Amino acid sequence: MTAEVLTPVTDLVTTPTRRRGLRGVGVIGYISAGVIAFALVLAIVGPFIRPYDPNLINFSYANVGPIAGHPLGFDGQGRDLLSRLMVGARTCVLGAMFVALLSIFIGTSLAVITAWFGGKTDTSISGVLDVVFAFPGILLAIVAAAVFGPSLLSAGLALAIAYSPYIARVLRGAAIKERAQAYIAAMEVQGFGVWRLCARHLVPNISSLIVAQGTILFGYAMVDLAAISFLGLGVQSPTADWGVMISEGKIGLLQGYPLESFSAVLCIVIVVSAVSFLGERLSERSKQGRS
Amino acid sequence: MLQFVLRRLAMLVATLVAASFVIYGALYLAPGSPIATLTGGRTPPPEVLLALETRYHLNEPFLVRYWLWLKAAVSGDLGESIPLHEPVATLIGERVGVTASLVLLTSLIILFVGIGLGIIGGLRRGGVDNAVLLSSTISAALPSFAAAVVLQFVVGVKLGWLPVLGTGTGFSDSVKHLILPAIALASTSVALVTRVTRSAVMEEMGKEHVQTALSRGLPYPGLIRRHVLRNAAIPITTVAGLTIASLIALAAIVETAFGLNGLGAYLVQAAMNKDFAVVQGISLVLVAAFVITNVVIDILYAVLDPRVQLGSRAQ
Repeated sequence: MTAEVLTPVTDLVTTPTRRRGLRGVGVIGYISAGVIAFALVLAIVGPFIRPYDPNLINFSYANVGPIAGHPLGFDGQGRDLLSRLMVGARTCVLGAMFVALLSIFIGTSLAVITAWFGGKTDTSISGVLDVVFAFPGILLAIVAAAVFGPSLLSAGLALAIAYSPYIARVLRGAAIKERAQAYIAAMEVQGFGVWRLCARHLVPNISSLIVAQGTILFGYAMVDLAAISFLGLGVQSPTADWGVMISEGKIGLLQGYPLESFSAVLCIVIVVSAVSFLGERLSERSKQGRS
Repeated sequence: MLQFVLRRLAMLVATLVAASFVIYGALYLAPGSPIATLTGGRTPPPEVLLALETRYHLNEPFLVRYWLWLKAAVSGDLGESIPLHEPVATLIGERVGVTASLVLLTSLIILFVGIGLGIIGGLRRGGVDNAVLLSSTISAALPSFAAAVVLQFVVGVKLGWLPVLGTGTGFSDSVKHLILPAIALASTSVALVTRVTRSAVMEEMGKEHVQTALSRGLPYPGLIRRHVLRNAAIPITTVAGLTIASLIALAAIVETAFGLNGLGAYLVQAAMNKDFAVVQGISLVLVAAFVITNVVIDILYAVLDPRVQLGSRAQ
């Protein structure tokens, strides 16, 4: 297998950042990664380890502060706040993850296709992307809610579509550079299939950029998804979700009980800060690796 | 230059036509028929059905309907809200002022506070710079809806300084009602502009020609204005322009949070009520505003930076 001989050599030249994991992101980078890992674990196991039923309404406890057994107290309808926060992580974090992965998938595919075929394919795909660029994510999600009814799925799909052109545009340049590498030409001459070349060699060689962009996007997706749920067009009440909790807590907040809104705000702010910090660090690192 | 502007304008029109097709097509695909909305789900007699279909052009093929809609939209007629029986253009006209003033006020905050803090942070080292960095980090992490509830509680409920809900009547009252929404909307963007300004100013300060001018004792304010800010203006314009363009859609969130009667909040309401004509009309207006702002930024960018190749697309 000549290819096996060729690739490692070019890999050394083109991707010095490959398989570096979290190295070089600094102390705050590690803390951020820890926060993200904690949020992900909570999103998966939260609904199983919550202390109380998050939807159990008890109006006599409405807006009651922390008491024994309920460390965060109750929301405006007397539901246990801690349980709702733990369950709410699911839609917020996993939803954003889904959006980020989907738009990375679409964006990377488009970038590789345009880089590989160039010419008319490139022009026509770029033209379509220009039209998608005209729709801000939030606007597309609102239109999607009007068409398909408000739900997390329609909001998530709309955001993923709205984000993909950004990914495609960032990755297109890197993919074109990689396409021009000698090893790709060498393997093409040897008759390796396009699919295998792209999936096994081209994409892995721009993976550090993909991961960095995906992380940044994950943060944007969390903010936008929470915003859409806040507007009432995403996750639907009574499902516990951080965005929904901020909007439902507004009634209590205006009467002087800010705990429900504020606790959800704090959760979002902490996770989003961690994600955006790590994303920036990773993208700095991938830029350094490429220059 | 003229050729560049003309080309951008041609692209603008092409994008708008394509976007309008997407908007119209998406809502055409929506499940449920407009007739059912009109009649409240009852099956009307055939002659009524025919009359309704003719009135709203429901019996025409899709492309003909799109063409009729687009032709009317260009002349300012965006159709009629089916549940409200009012022209969409009128409904938009009543609300566009609130959104426009909100975006304008927010842009002013972003430009003055963002660029101002960025310049201060970029020129001063040590404590001042750290304070700028810290405050921009905090406000960058605060999404507009989160900033909205925090401001509503702290400034509105606890301090009672400003109103937290509603649009207000009269000029000064309306402005008062816009202050908190504008701050909430600005929070993330201000931080972004501050950071970019700070690093651009720092980078220009380190350049050789600036250092030479400094060591030769050129007057400081003039030096900053003519050599540092002039060059730093290019990245600042890009990021400020992009964030200001994004406000057009994000306004919907703040308007809803503060109960402002603006286009965005009304769009959200129309989306919930499946009032398609309104959704189409407002989406079209917002997309047009967004795209036009982007073209203006592109042109401004070319004016500011003569090195930009006018023939190629601005990145």
